[in-house]
Amino acid sequence: MSAMAVSVERWTTRSRVAVGVVVVVLIVLAFGPLFLTAGQADRLTALFVYVILAAMWNALAGFGGLISVGQQAFFGLGAYFAVRLADAGIDPFLSLIVAGLAVAIVAVPLSYPMLRLRGGEFAIGMWVVAELTHLLVNLDTLVRGETGTSLISLNAYDAPARRAYIYWLALAVMIVLLGVLFALLRSRTGAAIQALRDDEVAAASLGVRVVGTKRILFTLAAVGAGLAGALWLATAITFQPKTFFGVQWTAYMVFMVLVGGIGTFEGAILGAVIFFLLETWFGATGVWYLIGLGAAAVLFSLLLPRGLWGAVEDRWSLRLLPVGYQLKPRTPSEG
Amino acid sequence: MTALAVEHLDVRHGQLQAVRDVSFTVGSGETLALVGANGAGKTTLLRAIAGAHLPAGGRVFIGDEDVTALPANRRAALGIALVPEGRRLFVEMTVEENLLLGRMTGRRGEWTLERVLATFPNLKPRLKSRAGTLSGGEQQATAIGRALMGNPQVLLLDELSLGLSPLVVDRVYESLATLMRSGTTMVLVEQDLGRALSVADTVGCMLEGRIVLESAAAGLSRERITEAYFGLRTGRELQGAVP
Amino acid sequence: MFQVMRIINLAHGSLAVLAAFALFVLADRYGISPFLGILIVLPIMAVVGWILQVVVLERASRAGRLVPILATFGLAIVIDNFLFQQFGADTRSLAPYIGDLSYDSWQITDDISVGKIAVLTLVTAVVVLGAIQIFLSFTQLGRAVRATAEDPDTAGLVGIDARKINALATAIAMASVTLAGAALGMRATFDAYAGGTQLLFAFEAAVIGGAGSVWGTLFGGIILALGQSIGATIAPQGFLIGGHVAFFLVLFARLAIPGSIFRVFIASVLRSRPA
Repeated sequence: MSAMAVSVERWTTRSRVAVGVVVVVLIVLAFGPLFLTAGQADRLTALFVYVILAAMWNALAGFGGLISVGQQAFFGLGAYFAVRLADAGIDPFLSLIVAGLAVAIVAVPLSYPMLRLRGGEFAIGMWVVAELTHLLVNLDTLVRGETGTSLISLNAYDAPARRAYIYWLALAVMIVLLGVLFALLRSRTGAAIQALRDDEVAAASLGVRVVGTKRILFTLAAVGAGLAGALWLATAITFQPKTFFGVQWTAYMVFMVLVGGIGTFEGAILGAVIFFLLETWFGATGVWYLIGLGAAAVLFSLLLPRGLWGAVEDRWSLRLLPVGYQLKPRTPSEG
Repeated sequence: MTALAVEHLDVRHGQLQAVRDVSFTVGSGETLALVGANGAGKTTLLRAIAGAHLPAGGRVFIGDEDVTALPANRRAALGIALVPEGRRLFVEMTVEENLLLGRMTGRRGEWTLERVLATFPNLKPRLKSRAGTLSGGEQQATAIGRALMGNPQVLLLDELSLGLSPLVVDRVYESLATLMRSGTTMVLVEQDLGRALSVADTVGCMLEGRIVLESAAAGLSRERITEAYFGLRTGRELQGAVP
Repeated sequence: MFQVMRIINLAHGSLAVLAAFALFVLADRYGISPFLGILIVLPIMAVVGWILQVVVLERASRAGRLVPILATFGLAIVIDNFLFQQFGADTRSLAPYIGDLSYDSWQITDDISVGKIAVLTLVTAVVVLGAIQIFLSFTQLGRAVRATAEDPDTAGLVGIDARKINALATAIAMASVTLAGAALGMRATFDAYAGGTQLLFAFEAAVIGGAGSVWGTLFGGIILALGQSIGATIAPQGFLIGGHVAFFLVLFARLAIPGSIFRVFIASVLRSRPA
């Protein structure tokens, strides 16, 4: 039995095409404010936020195996920090970015105790963290309990400009975060992450620093959620703790990732798009919409646990974005 | 009377075929010893017979009944008892509780708590101890006792000597001798060839999921087993060499 | 429920609130006293639990460790919003339906009085937990439950029907959920979205007490309540903060000192016994 000569490649034709399409789409989106109406721009901004949330929750759950029912803690914290920074006189748009990054200051020390929890304990534990954060934020007199406050300094910019800047900021943050995630997955840490996802014990036995890797994911997911929260604040302008710290955000993230495809890069984006469309069409129906989301989460987790993209991947072995490795047999001429 | 019959059994672990087309019968009161290297499929075969692992193909009969579709607890009620590899006691529970749980099969018979303790007197002082604190020999005794409390027709024993010192294994096999004399049908997976040959009526050797040798234990030479064990095909068998 | 099936049921709190609403409907529309209502709602909840078990939980636990969390979370969302759809945003209470009992108290000393409902709840908790403990320790079925919790695979081998055991565990869980809902309604108020808070309290109590023992949960609940009460005396929002802080203090202390309080205690007792 002779050994087969193979070469290890990362890019396939398919993935090159896919990435090309993505770049084109992003360029088109970048010109958005020039040809979209106000309402459309707002909606797309929301979509960008959803994509961020989905991708980040997926990074934590799908790659790290950590299901958190408390990411709204960071979502709200990002918004809260933004309010505080703006109140201190910093330019509102700068506040948004700094606020999101500042969430890391909370997330890193928090990761030490929280990552020692397993499974369901971690999930609910994060929910407790979210509740506690909500309560502590409420104590700040600036926030005035549930009445909330606003990012009034945004009013310094006139509406069309403001809308355009927020749109571009959201688009940019989304691209950067997805880019970071993509680069992370392609790096050595990324291999570690994917090994973790498949089998923690086996990964550890290969020398993967399990906790350290999870910490990176935890912090990234937190910062991502924080930036998303800050961006959401920019579109909503008012900061009502109850809205930002509510568990419904986790419900949205769960839905997006479950339906789109847990553990796949493409799946999270697909889930966000689907969620966005459903919200656009059905959001007005109020409570039934939420019931539908919950029911969909239950159905997908039981019947189609790998989500829509997971099903596509399984059936057609389709992998669009080059985060894995492909083995190609080397023909004699290539040697 | 056939106590246990297996027909063309195929068992898979995911993609891996662990048991291939295995067929054999064990008569009532007889002892079959299964030998083979690690990974040959012996444990999987036993688990498939007990119902802990569903087969991909083939059938299992207890007596005359086809039990292939039944889950483990139903097969236990029909008289199959497995002493699993590694004992698998309920370590948080006491010896007494482990033994009493054996009664969940609901089968009546000769085996009561008193009789089990008479057969394994070393358990008497440990009755109220947590199973996790027992020595290897005591654990093995408890595991066998627990299986016996279910009054089985067929007793499946997986790797009794695993992790036990030779003296302890001697004691365990002594108690087994009593069982055999009382007419219990047994299928024994054993790494120690010497012991297997000394207690069994029939020996089966497994290699890569198949039974490659099945013969009466009496008169079976170590050489023939060794060849089957390792899958060596020398000319001997073909020449009809007599051991 | 967690012990037997290794499922963390995120819908636990929402189910308690569901029970509370059921009692409310019985009291409000049909004039049935909540105490009597419990007898009616208990079997209904047991059936609901059985359906959940068969339709959702059984599949969820087979699919992997993370799926049950997601499935039960989705379930909680469905229940919460369904309740909101039916009953609106108003907070409700069962207090009006139990007469004076809701605010009556026994005078212990001149300064200290104990609410009757509070005592009743505590006594019920002790009785129920005691009954469960006796059941688990001294009956064959209880032993079967413990065995299935520890090793479902081997449990099947000795003749235990895991499905029936899981159904039993669910029924017991549902019964306690009903009682919890009743207690909640009688002592305090509830609304459609109260499920989350109740789940968190239940979880915090279980973790504080060490998720391994029945009495630990009671102990944990007491510690939690203490934390909440102390917090309440400090500041108006302190009630909830106090509870959560107590939870984290105990959690991190336990993580720093491996093993729960009970387990360490029991281990030291066992070691001192003659070999």
